Amino acid sequence: MSVATPYVEPAHHEHHELPYSEQLRNNRLGLWLFFTSEAFMFIGLLSSRFYLWGNTRPDLDQTLGLIVTSVLLVSSFFMNRAETAIAHDDRPEFLRSLLITAALGIAFLVGVVGFEWQGHIGPSDGAYGAVLFGMTGMHALHVVSGVIFILIVWNNGRKGSFSAERHWGVEACAIWWHYVDLVWVFFYPALYLMGHVVHG
Amino acid sequence: MTVSSPPVKLEKPPQNYLNWAFGIKSWLLTTDHKRIAILYLITVTLFFALGGLAASLVRFELITPQGDLMSADNYNKSFTLHGMLMVFFFLIPGIPAVMGNFLIPLMIGAKDLAFPRLNLASWYVFMVGGLFTMTVIVVGGVDTGWTFYTPYSSTYSNGAVILAALGIFAAGFASIFTAINFVVTIHKMRAPGLTWFRLPLFVWAHYATSIIILLGTPVLAITILMVGIERMFKIGIFDPALGGDPLLFQHLFWFYSHPAVYIMVLPSMGVISELITAFTRRRIFGYKAIALSSLAIALLGFLVWGHHMFVSGQSVYAGLVFSAITFMVAIPSAIKVFNWTATLFKGTISFTTPMLYALGFIGLFTIGGLTGLFLGAAAVDVHVTDTYFVVAHFHYVMVGATIMAYMGAIHFWWPKITGKLYNEGWGISSAIIIFVGFNLTFMPQFIMGYLGMPRRYYAYPDEFQIYHIASSAGAAILAFGYVLPLFYLLYSLFFGPKAGDNPWNAKGLEWTTASPPPHENFEETPIVTEEAYAYPVPQKAEVTSGA
Repeated sequence: MSVATPYVEPAHHEHHELPYSEQLRNNRLGLWLFFTSEAFMFIGLLSSRFYLWGNTRPDLDQTLGLIVTSVLLVSSFFMNRAETAIAHDDRPEFLRSLLITAALGIAFLVGVVGFEWQGHIGPSDGAYGAVLFGMTGMHALHVVSGVIFILIVWNNGRKGSFSAERHWGVEACAIWWHYVDLVWVFFYPALYLMGHVVHG
Repeated sequence: MTVSSPPVKLEKPPQNYLNWAFGIKSWLLTTDHKRIAILYLITVTLFFALGGLAASLVRFELITPQGDLMSADNYNKSFTLHGMLMVFFFLIPGIPAVMGNFLIPLMIGAKDLAFPRLNLASWYVFMVGGLFTMTVIVVGGVDTGWTFYTPYSSTYSNGAVILAALGIFAAGFASIFTAINFVVTIHKMRAPGLTWFRLPLFVWAHYATSIIILLGTPVLAITILMVGIERMFKIGIFDPALGGDPLLFQHLFWFYSHPAVYIMVLPSMGVISELITAFTRRRIFGYKAIALSSLAIALLGFLVWGHHMFVSGQSVYAGLVFSAITFMVAIPSAIKVFNWTATLFKGTISFTTPMLYALGFIGLFTIGGLTGLFLGAAAVDVHVTDTYFVVAHFHYVMVGATIMAYMGAIHFWWPKITGKLYNEGWGISSAIIIFVGFNLTFMPQFIMGYLGMPRRYYAYPDEFQIYHIASSAGAAILAFGYVLPLFYLLYSLFFGPKAGDNPWNAKGLEWTTASPPPHENFEETPIVTEEAYAYPVPQKAEVTSGA
């Protein structure tokens, strides 16, 4: 015969924190909701591009566009590698992959800000300049935030934070990075590939 | 099997969330959703008072046909400030951030929201937005209207547009934080047995509202950001002189700002469902229809923004489609009104203060909703575009309805929030005063708008004076009605009789815990075994034959 166990208040009564697994579920949903929300901001920018440019696009350096896009896509591979590494408690690989991801992210920024932005189109060149700088600028801002996020995770990881069982910080950072990458997957064709080129 | 230790007898904690901790720090650094709700309550009340002050300046100016009280410039700044404060700092956060924050965890049997610290951050971000807006007033105001139409806002206006934009940007982020918290909490933290279709309709309404906030607000954020950037750096997005397109601004702005109306009114509808069931002591008629119509409103609300642009030069066919969808969005709203009415029908209605507000809501919302159909018909809209007819319409829907529900909610849950009862006589008086004042203020505006009085003018032909005087008189009555509760509610806080756990004898988990609720909300997690509003079904009288 089983005796009903009396209800004993859990130890975390005072701060009523949730058990880790429940908190993790909540965190994931919360983060994805934030992404959905952010997506609508990026959709606002994309809509502006289609509204103002229609079936045209400015003359941008195709090679540069291809290079920065590849760099960003490859960086996502290393981000995934880092997350998988910490899930297997392989700390050296985890830290190394994070640094490579951050470096690729910085390379992307150099490509966009250091080269694309120095091209023949400036932000004040009518709708073409405004939309180009608006979209790449807002995206670059997110890449910067991602790089900072990665470096914070790297620093915490170096000091021994995170384990195979508990690494929500890494997971959040990884999803964030993939998300920023995904946004570029939509921005790249909208800026570089769709419509016919208008010179000037 | 052995029982290792005797069960620990848990004594009922004498504490509640108000006396759980003391001192200013315990409030400013709290993560308790109930305390954050109180912080929001105090701040939105202040913003409401400021917005009301700006409105009284407008109504004072309009008593005479000549522009004599203030300059045209200051008039523009007054109505802009009024609109900005009321829309972004009272109507949008009002019910969700105050009542939703306080009640959602209580209604679903949770100890707090899913992210308590994010909840506190939301209030701070909101305050930063408020600070920007206060700075706007100090540095000389802004005169674009709350709609910030370009290119006036981005190029020509001399006001503090960028500061105002930052204020709205911040307030928007605060509401996104709140919305994320609500959705996760409602999804993941319901008490055992509390299935989706057992949720109080208040929770359903906030769920739908949160989705609108999540999807709409970022579009406003990027739009307002682009206005600021265009103004600062002269880049061409909205200003045709710089290569942009002002219509794009209107599309983006209304993509958020039309659904924003539903951000204001959906939570109100949630409140009304609670009040009507409690004071008719009946199960709600058409529970699922009301719950799902909230989602329908959230969805359709995103597809009607173009009805703000019938005369803007958008394509005629776009206008046609927007007009048709506008009529469609009336359907879920009507479903709610009909279901509430059906719930009232043959109910045993107690005319308490909250119930008077609920009935007021149905009246005002119906008037506002039906006149919305006039405006949704493109042909009629052309005639009344930018007249007081539009002003009256959106005040009935956004302001009349929302404030009725807000006041109803404050009065209904006041005993739960504070543990004290207010004076019913004063409550009823102020509810009646507000209802009369509101109608006197805005009903004449329908008439003068239809006769051709344009909005946003500080001087007007003599023939409209009688309507303006009536409207201003109504506004004075309305203001008096708003001030009254401030006194008797505060009085009750110190001298009111104790409320007890459930003074209205209402259903709902929030009424099963103490008033005011303990810090942890519930001593033990409640288990739900029945539908919402499970009021006893009256027994049918036995029909017996006369034999």
